Amino acid sequence: MHPVLLTVLKRLGLGVVTLVIVSAIIFSSISLLPGDFGQAVLGQAATEETVAAFRKELGLDKPAVVRYFEWLGNVVQGDLGTSFSGRASSGQDRSRPVAELVAPRLWNTLFLAGVTAIIAVPLALILGLTAALYRNTLYDRVVNAVTLTTIATPEFFVAYILILLFASLWPVFPSLANVDASTPFWDRLYKVSLPAMTLTLVIMAHMMRMTRAAIINLLASPYIQMARLKGASQTEVILKHALPNAWAPIATVIAFNLAYLVVGVVVVEVVFVYPGIGQLMVDAVTTRDIPVVQACALIFAATYVILNLIADIIGIVTNPRLLHPR
Amino acid sequence: MTTETKTPEKGDVLLKMRDVRIEGFSDEQWHRIIKGVDLTLHRGEVMGLIGESGAGKSTLGLAAMGYTQPGVRITGGSIEFDGIDLVAASEAEKRRLWGTRIAYVAQSAAASFNPAHRLLDQTIEATTRMNILPEAEARRDAIELYRDLQLPDPEHIGERYPHQVSGGQLQRVMTAMAMSPRPDLIIFDEPTTALDVTTQVEVLAAMRKIVEEHHTAAIYITHDLAVVAQMADVIKVLRYGEEVEEAETRQMLTHPEKPYTRSLWSVRALQKREEKGDDVHLSIEGVDAAYGSAKVLHDVTISIPRGKTVAIVGESGSGKSTTARVITGLLPQTKGVVRFNGEVLPPRLQDRSKEQLQRIQMIYQMADTAMNPRQTVGEIIGRPLEFYLGLKGRAREKRVIELLEMIELDESFIDRFPSELSGGQKQRICIARALAAEPEFIICDEVTSALDQIVQEGILKLLLRLQKEFGITYMFITHDIATVKAISDEIVVMYQGRVVEQGMKSEVLSPPYPEYTRLLLSSVPEMDPDWLTRLLAEREAEQAPA
Repeated sequence: MHPVLLTVLKRLGLGVVTLVIVSAIIFSSISLLPGDFGQAVLGQAATEETVAAFRKELGLDKPAVVRYFEWLGNVVQGDLGTSFSGRASSGQDRSRPVAELVAPRLWNTLFLAGVTAIIAVPLALILGLTAALYRNTLYDRVVNAVTLTTIATPEFFVAYILILLFASLWPVFPSLANVDASTPFWDRLYKVSLPAMTLTLVIMAHMMRMTRAAIINLLASPYIQMARLKGASQTEVILKHALPNAWAPIATVIAFNLAYLVVGVVVVEVVFVYPGIGQLMVDAVTTRDIPVVQACALIFAATYVILNLIADIIGIVTNPRLLHPR
Repeated sequence: MTTETKTPEKGDVLLKMRDVRIEGFSDEQWHRIIKGVDLTLHRGEVMGLIGESGAGKSTLGLAAMGYTQPGVRITGGSIEFDGIDLVAASEAEKRRLWGTRIAYVAQSAAASFNPAHRLLDQTIEATTRMNILPEAEARRDAIELYRDLQLPDPEHIGERYPHQVSGGQLQRVMTAMAMSPRPDLIIFDEPTTALDVTTQVEVLAAMRKIVEEHHTAAIYITHDLAVVAQMADVIKVLRYGEEVEEAETRQMLTHPEKPYTRSLWSVRALQKREEKGDDVHLSIEGVDAAYGSAKVLHDVTISIPRGKTVAIVGESGSGKSTTARVITGLLPQTKGVVRFNGEVLPPRLQDRSKEQLQRIQMIYQMADTAMNPRQTVGEIIGRPLEFYLGLKGRAREKRVIELLEMIELDESFIDRFPSELSGGQKQRICIARALAAEPEFIICDEVTSALDQIVQEGILKLLLRLQKEFGITYMFITHDIATVKAISDEIVVMYQGRVVEQGMKSEVLSPPYPEYTRLLLSSVPEMDPDWLTRLLAEREAEQAPA
């Protein structure tokens, strides 16, 4: 079997193991939190009997280990379960399946992440390459200083500054990103412009600096000196001789930042009232809605696994030592 | 057969350097590297540039291209290549010359090829960039060059990536790369230093042939006199950035004028009188060893007599260092035993007693990486004193000073860091560290390979003196036959993980030889400008059907 394929299969297998471990950790840590869904919903005033009855209805009276494996068994069969919320001890059951709850939120998150990635990744690469090309010039310093400033500023602050500038002082973009399933594509794009800009500023510095560092690191290699001594110009040296050897570290950092776009943007979602998956998870944790929390955690873990896998594959395909063994 | 052309060609002047001064930036200030050197090279002439490390050979070689490494600047003098002033020329002007009219062949071929591109693409890069030949023709021509350089499978070797071919082959591909645009001048910067002697011969022969055929001028930089004798028409000796002397090759070899040059010549004459030892100190019996599934030692049996030196020789990959790793317990053998003072040593390092560890010490090739850069000399030498002998405080310091005296350094070194020492001093500190444990047996793994010849001589003399004083047994791993002659009593020849031959120095170094020993010995360059020509003729005659 080709080594690349073998690596991919191995990583996928490990990924599945990772997912199981993550779900177990999340499950047990939520069980460790004081209180449960019954108490959170019914409040302090509820009698012990009511709470107990409600728990029984949700299945919370069973031991945690049993509940975990029941849940795991269902997930393996493709059933993420039913959300706790919407159920009341009395009255009709208005609860919804987790999948139905998570799907639109996930789509929103992926949309925002996608828009941000399309802007941020090429921009970061170009800035990183040019900064390496014009190393130690004024341009390099300005790019470094600006990206460092944006990464050092808290996200919510960047968000509010952008709102101040582009929604209030010079109102070209909406300050609210309240979309729903019926929002048409272009309108949706327009509405996420400020959140996407915020996230771009937040993740760009890391990717840009890694690109710059990876390239500069290689510029000291003997084969770069050889390329110069064969008459290659600085642009040729960087694009043809350094960049092909720098993809692996760059891809890793890009993967890391793209994963952050999916799992770490709850603050930005809150500021712009954007219905993403981060908010859903935070809400579910507050109410101890375990099935939803678990589903979100699985999605987050899967995001990391898949993006890192892609980064690894890029690392292999761009490295002839691995692609063409002796 | 090519005929010897060792007299300088009376071509036009190709390269003229006058009073060249170069400075390098380090430790927050500029240091002079080249202090006013003149150099004149004619078309088709090969000049050997020799000197120890730090003499400025490479800097001068690069300056001949108008190139300086980052942190290095040309501060004075003129460099004129075929009428073009390279000091005044702009980057763009120089780039038009580089790789096309002046080419460079670097020391480490493995590091100098871009791992991401195929060899053929790299070979013709400069040629096609400047449209010297159209791409298809450049490729065909490169394949012809590969064939001329006797690379295996010249049609397809260019399709490979650098990591897929051997070091000796890469060095020849790099020569083809330099030759591809048919430059007027090639700078060879220590091109065979990293190669085994047996490989070196082939590469030298290939380089010399192609330079002669195309009537290319060359500057050949090396610290190996015997090598330069085969390649150069004239030799220039450099020291501390200044010219010591320059003369036609034969003249230089037979009648060096300056004392410094003569001292360079004399180093190789060091020779220990062999003594036979009868008391077996350490023996390796039928040892196999493997890295994972790759078996690297096959039934190795070596016996080392007490108080004597056994040199283990062979090329890279022959299993010399692996044998040392088995003895020290770093790599437990899969079969066989190692006996020390008659008792069997546990294969694993962890199972050995402190006393067993103390008695066998090791000195490494790269003194640089074998010392903790954040510890002072006193701490480095003091550590084994404390660990093995339990010395502390004043007693420890006193002993460190004694050890420093033994290795001919004074006590002012005690507070210095490794970065403040020269290469030879670092290796001396490593020797002192090994001595500190008061060992009976020291493994020296290529301890002089990274050092200049004069420094090598000092280290070898020191080791010999210590052996005489303390009766230490040495296992001396090396690929350099001159070092073997200088230090050993017995010789073990290894090839591909097997022992080819073991015997007294005089027996091994004189006929009859097993086949591999003969190849190895005949490949060691001699200080005779006709050596390579003669050797090639002999080998050719042998291969021709009788």
